[in-house]
Amino acid sequence: MLGDIFTRHFRDLHTSDDAISPERYDTLKRKIVGLMAVVTLLPLLLMAGINFTEFQSTMSREVQNPLRVLLGKTRNTIDLFLAERTSTVAFIAQAYSFQELSDERNLGRIFRVMRKEFEGFVDLGLIDAQGHQVSYVGPYDLKGRDYSGQDWFAQVRVNGKYISDVFLGFRNLPHVVIAMQHISESGETWILRATLDTRQFDKIISAMGLEPGSDAFLVNRKGVLQTGSYLYGNVLEKCPLPLPPVSFEAQVVPATDPSGRELYLSYAYFPNTDLVIMAAKPKVGALTAWYNLRGDLLVVFLAGVVAIFFVVSKFTGLLLNRMRESEERRALAFRQVEHAQKLSSIGRLAAGVAHEINNPLAIINEKAGLMKDLLGLQEDFPGKSKFGTQVEAIIKAVERCRGITHRMLGFARRMDVKIEGLNLNEVIEETSGFLAREAEHRNVTLSLDLNPELSRIESDRGQLQQVILNILNNALAAIPDRGQITVKTWNQDREHVGLSIQDNGCGMSEDTLKCIFEPFFTTKRGKGTGLGLSITYGIIKRLGGEVSVHSQEQVGSTFTVTLPVMAPPSAAVEAQ
Amino acid sequence: MKDWNILLVDDEEEFVQTLCERLDLRGLACRVALDGEAGLKMMDEAEPDVVVLDMFMPGLKGLEVLKLIRQRHPKVQVILLTGQGATKDGMDGMKLGAFDYMIKPLSIDDLTAKIAEAVKTARA
Repeated sequence: MLGDIFTRHFRDLHTSDDAISPERYDTLKRKIVGLMAVVTLLPLLLMAGINFTEFQSTMSREVQNPLRVLLGKTRNTIDLFLAERTSTVAFIAQAYSFQELSDERNLGRIFRVMRKEFEGFVDLGLIDAQGHQVSYVGPYDLKGRDYSGQDWFAQVRVNGKYISDVFLGFRNLPHVVIAMQHISESGETWILRATLDTRQFDKIISAMGLEPGSDAFLVNRKGVLQTGSYLYGNVLEKCPLPLPPVSFEAQVVPATDPSGRELYLSYAYFPNTDLVIMAAKPKVGALTAWYNLRGDLLVVFLAGVVAIFFVVSKFTGLLLNRMRESEERRALAFRQVEHAQKLSSIGRLAAGVAHEINNPLAIINEKAGLMKDLLGLQEDFPGKSKFGTQVEAIIKAVERCRGITHRMLGFARRMDVKIEGLNLNEVIEETSGFLAREAEHRNVTLSLDLNPELSRIESDRGQLQQVILNILNNALAAIPDRGQITVKTWNQDREHVGLSIQDNGCGMSEDTLKCIFEPFFTTKRGKGTGLGLSITYGIIKRLGGEVSVHSQEQVGSTFTVTLPVMAPPSAAVEAQ
Repeated sequence: MKDWNILLVDDEEEFVQTLCERLDLRGLACRVALDGEAGLKMMDEAEPDVVVLDMFMPGLKGLEVLKLIRQRHPKVQVILLTGQGATKDGMDGMKLGAFDYMIKPLSIDDLTAKIAEAVKTARA
C-alpha cells in the first residue's frame, strides 16, 4: 500500500517517457522535500517529545524528592519535639504527688529543670480535678484560674492526655498546651499542664533552609495556620490552601494557590496531633533551570528543523537539477538522432534523385556532344556558329546540373564518417557552391580568400561540409541583401590550419554570444531548430578542432575554426 | 588508332549508342552491349582491349561482370562508369581490378584519354 502511494505521488521518478515539465519538477521537488522532511522530522519530533516529557518528569522528581524528604524530616523533628515535651510532662505528672506539685517551690524547681533540659516550655501548672489551677510557675498570673468549662479540660479528663492546637487563651499569645492527667492509686486525679512557646516551631521550620520564595508552615486540620506563613498569612488565620488528603507520609502534590501561583505542595499529617505541616514551592522558581533548558532545547530543535529543511531542499534541488540536466541531455541526444535521421533520409533521397537525373543527363551530354562533334565535321553553313553556341549552352547546362547532382551526392555521403586526407579549400569551394545561388539572388558577395599553400589535413569531408554550411547559413541569415561574406584559410602553424567566415551582418549582443553554442538556442524564431551551431561545435570538437566567435552589433561576426592537420585518435575510432 | 577495340556495356541504349558514335568519330572501334551477359558473350567472340562498363544495370551488376572479366579475360582493362557519384563504388571496383572509374555525365576527352592509357596497359 505504501508502495502504491509512493508510486502514485512520485510517478515522474519511475517513468522514462516524456521529458518532465518544469512545473512537474517543482511539484516533484515539493513532494520530495515534504517526504524527506516528514521522514526526518517525525523521529526528531518524537525524540524531542519523549525527551521533553522524560526530562520534565525527571526535573519534577528532582524538585519534589528533596522537598518530600526535607518535609518528612521536619515533621519528624516537630513530632519528636512534641513527643519529648509530652513525655516530660507525663513523667513529672507520674513521678510527683499532688502535694509535691501543689507546692509552688517544688513546681518552680521542677520547671527550671524542665526549661534547662528542654527548650520551649513557657510555664507549668497543676490543676485539680475540679478545674482550678492549684499551683503555677510561669510569666503569667494564672493561679486560681478555673478551666472546668473549657474543651481541653473535658478532653483530658476523658483521654488522659491533651495536646492543643495553637491558640491565644487567657494570655492572648499563641501557644500550645500539653496537659496530662494523673490518677493516683487512691483514685485522686489531677492534671499537669505545660505551655509551649510556638516560636519553637518557627525555629524548626526556619532550620529547613528553604529556598527563597518557598514557604513552610503548620496548619491544623481545620486549616488554621499554626505558625506564620509569609505567603498565606499570620498565625491563627485561615490558610487559603485546601487541606490535602490525609497522609502521614510526606507527599508532594501540584497545586494552585488562590493567587493563581502554580506550586508544589508538600505536606504530612502528624499522627498524634491535629497538626499538618505544609511546604509550598512555587514551580516558577523550582523549574527555572528546566525552563532555561527547555528554551535551549527549543532553539536547538528549531535550528535542527531549519537545517534539515535547508539541507533537504538544497540537496533535492541539486539532485533534481542534475536529473533535469540529464533529462535535457537525453532529449537533446534524441533530437540530434532524430535530426541526423532526417538528414540521412534527405541524403538518401538526394542520392536517389541525383542518380536518376545523372543517367538522362549523361544522355543529354552525349547527344549534345555528338551534335558538337558532328558540327565540327561539317563545312560552314548558314547558322553553324549559332547552332554551335546553342549546343555549347546545352553542354554547359549539363555541366551545371552535374555540379548540382554531385553536391547532392556529396551531401548524402556526409552521413558516413570517414577520415581521409583532404584539402580544406576544396571542401570550402564545394560547400559554398550550395549557397552560391542564394547569395547571387540576394546580391551577397561570397568571396573566398583561400591560401593555395594550405596544408592537407586528415578529417571528415562530410562533417566539415556540414560545419561550413552551418556557419555560412548563419552568416547569410545575419546579413542584409548586398552584404559581404568572406571565407579565409591559412596555415596556423605546422600542426593546425585555420578557417574564418566573416560577415558584415547585424552581429550579436554579448548575451547572444554567451549562448550561441548551446543547444536549442536560436534567434531565428520559428525558423531554426537551435541545433545548427551546437552540432557544429560538437563536430569541430570531435575532429580535434576549436571554434571561436567574435561579434559586434551592427558591424558583423567572425567565426574562426582551427583544425588539426592530423586527425585526433578519437575521430579515427569514430570513423571506424 | 582504329585498331583499338572498345566494348561499351550499359543498359541506357541512347547513352551508349551516342557514346559509341562519338568514340567512332575519334577513330575508336566500338561495340555496344546492353547488359552484362551480352557483353561477356561479345567478349568471348572477340576480346576487346578495353571494356567501358556501367556499374548499375539490370541482371548482372557491373562489379559481378568485372569479376567474370578478370577471370576469363585477365588482359582486358575495364573502366567503370557510375551514376551514383560515390567514389566508394569506384574504389571498390578498383580493388577488384578495374583500371579506373568515371562518374556520369562524362567528359569525352577524359574518357578517350583514360581509354588510351588502358589500351597501353592492356598491350604492354
